Amino acid sequence: MVPQYSATQLYVRAARLALEDAGITKQDIDGLITCASWAEPYLYHAEMIAEYMQIFPRYCMGAPAGGGTTLAIMHHAASAIITGMCNTVLITMADSQVSGLSRDKAVEMMSTAGHPQFERPYGPPIPAFYALLARAHEHAYGTTAEQRAAVAVACRKHASLNPAAQMRKPLTIEDVLASRMIADPLHLLDCSLVSDGGAAFIMTSAERARDFKQKPVYLLGVGEGHSHEHVTQALNLTTSAAKEAGERAYAMAGLGPRDINVAELYDCFTPVVIIELEDLGFCPKGEGGRFVEGGRIELGGELPVNTHGGLLSHCHPGHPGSMFSITEAVRQLRGSCGPRQVEGAKIALVHGQGGIMSTHCSAIFGNEPV
Amino acid sequence: MATKDQHPHPNPLPQKSGRGADKPIPTPTLETAPYWDGCRRHQLRIQRCANCHQYQFFPRIYCAKCFSEQVEWVTASGRAKILSFTIVRRPVSPAFANEVPYVVALVTLEEGPQMMTNIVECAPEKLMIGMPVEVTFEDWSDTISIPKFRPGQS
Repeated sequence: MVPQYSATQLYVRAARLALEDAGITKQDIDGLITCASWAEPYLYHAEMIAEYMQIFPRYCMGAPAGGGTTLAIMHHAASAIITGMCNTVLITMADSQVSGLSRDKAVEMMSTAGHPQFERPYGPPIPAFYALLARAHEHAYGTTAEQRAAVAVACRKHASLNPAAQMRKPLTIEDVLASRMIADPLHLLDCSLVSDGGAAFIMTSAERARDFKQKPVYLLGVGEGHSHEHVTQALNLTTSAAKEAGERAYAMAGLGPRDINVAELYDCFTPVVIIELEDLGFCPKGEGGRFVEGGRIELGGELPVNTHGGLLSHCHPGHPGSMFSITEAVRQLRGSCGPRQVEGAKIALVHGQGGIMSTHCSAIFGNEPV
Repeated sequence: MATKDQHPHPNPLPQKSGRGADKPIPTPTLETAPYWDGCRRHQLRIQRCANCHQYQFFPRIYCAKCFSEQVEWVTASGRAKILSFTIVRRPVSPAFANEVPYVVALVTLEEGPQMMTNIVECAPEKLMIGMPVEVTFEDWSDTISIPKFRPGQS
């Protein structure tokens, strides 16, 4: 919780920190992308933030919401830079879901993702939507509650090493299984947090970045996949459009799953990470449950996942959630993660998804331009 | 086409049981009115393409398979199988607080399309993926009845 800042202040504070980090001023920004807050919504949100900051961009976009969009906007920002619409884009997102709304209000608002006529009358909270996917995966592949719990345990272990994380007390698989049932088969600790928070980053051309204070991290590949909006219309409950998003990002980067040193995957609920690991090619379909066992996704394991603690343990302020996956990937590639550093990390994959496993975007970053 | 069934704001008064009180009562649109009109008569209506014979739900102006505009409303058999389900322990809003635990499920209709629903008249722990279910209707107001499913014959 960050009750001392309003949602709008969180956006602008994050933006200022990103500018300081890059060693540039707000006058250097000629593109702005934001994603509207729930606690302080504005009809034209990006324009409002530009006005608040008194910047006058030539490219200004309020992005639609959702965990996949947070990453997809990078795709847009990269296109805007390559096509000359602007040079240097500030992307800032924040929300104040606990202090500005309230936990219960935030949870109720999230559930409006359901179709107003064909889903919401049945009373599904967001965990129920994902529980449908978890149950289907369990039925098809024998995935277990213990395997899902291993995802929460890994994220918490990493969060315990991150002073910025909301939940830092280490967990065991037994703790997850003993937490109360929210929507079978998902327990409380299979679900992400409700938080206040914000993050920002700046994108520019590799050429322009040479003048910045920090050595840049390079976006090597990005790709999206979109399969449905409402889960009722999902053609497949156990394979997602993360598959297409990942394939497109790998193709652009000229890399594959074996080249990835660290992965920051969207973890609104534990089964999502298992499905993403499969769809992004880290293991065959149906093997995700076994893949997360035995510390394989923990620091020191074969593929450290969510080294900041993820939405499960670091923070989940709603739409800006996967911003922290990006800032963590950047820090990992800079080698500045301290006790949670993945030794020698050169290539990071970040994946975001929004809706109910609906919209997907994968991005691959490197600490060198190739 | 404007009939009583297409009134945009159906009377939200709940039945004596209190079902529907403060719940997200659907507001039929021009496109979905035939569906809700069917529900009011306790008939589950979906669309069928006269050109390629594909069934579809949600309603659309086109057939999503062949893009023909020749979609017509038909009454489904009401038989389905459970595709996946969850038992909700923490209600989505205070309006559902008296119903926990309740079952939210996806079912596959005999005709092919998927629907979200509640499974009723069955102990939640007896549910299984693949279990046959049949439609039943819960009246929320004079104009809105909600299709739910209960254990049925395969």
